[in-house]
Amino acid sequence: MTEFTPLASLSGGALIGLATVLLMAFHGRIAGMTGILTGLVPPLASDWGWRAAFLAGAIIAPAILVSFSEASVGFVNPVPTPWLVIGGLIVGVGAYLGSGCTSGHGVCGMARLSPRSIAATATFMATAIITVFVIRHVLGGS
Amino acid sequence: MRRTLLAGLIGLIFGTGIAISGMANPAKVLNFFDLAGTWDPSLAFVMGGALVVTAIGYFFVLKRDKPVLEARFHLPTNRKLDTQLLAGSAIFGIGWGIAGFCPGGAIPALGLGESSAWIFVGAMLTGIAAARTVRVALQARTTQTA
Repeated sequence: MTEFTPLASLSGGALIGLATVLLMAFHGRIAGMTGILTGLVPPLASDWGWRAAFLAGAIIAPAILVSFSEASVGFVNPVPTPWLVIGGLIVGVGAYLGSGCTSGHGVCGMARLSPRSIAATATFMATAIITVFVIRHVLGGS
Repeated sequence: MRRTLLAGLIGLIFGTGIAISGMANPAKVLNFFDLAGTWDPSLAFVMGGALVVTAIGYFFVLKRDKPVLEARFHLPTNRKLDTQLLAGSAIFGIGWGIAGFCPGGAIPALGLGESSAWIFVGAMLTGIAAARTVRVALQARTTQTA
């Protein structure tokens, strides 16, 4: 069980939206994590500077949050290591081929009412739900 | 310089949002997908909050001629639904359901110092690199034969 956190999740979501709008307003870029990361996998994209900076900011943010505020960031990983590796490989391949993930398609693209992003988001949400159902209720995993 | 610093600041806001929202917590993400079990609807609120702010913000930002620091907006121009988009997205969802991490959730989780996040991100970057290598090789072959 995890606790239902509508307020924290809504305000976190609003901050994600704010960052997404700012990156478009200043840099003219989609705040999609897959796209940003792809430009940082060698061979580096020519504009790797802002990508690396965005990435660094996103990584240190939770560390700053827990060090300098009362906030605690919940983290529980129920997945065994071999499945983390398999899941990671699959996520990398899929998000690259599908040209985006939850941030790129689910937030940026959906907000622009892009038909590709709406179709992509519906597809990955559906396969994620089916996968969790199969793992937890058919195979009896965690 | 200003461009890079500002991107870092925006990344900081993004990472804070992810951390507060619960998207960096695999247990919470997997429970969101577990409709038939320990369902936790929180992440619908993440998506909702992010979408409302982005839709309103984009509406005003994209009315401008260009972004503040660049010559033009870099927006995807492809409008076609194709097999690669749908197959890739289907594959991504399977991985997300297995690991409980998506790229945007896993990156800020690195800052929590969780080894599982580092393992996942290492595998994910390998997946991106492998898929890109294969695509580049296939494209080169298609160009040669064409």
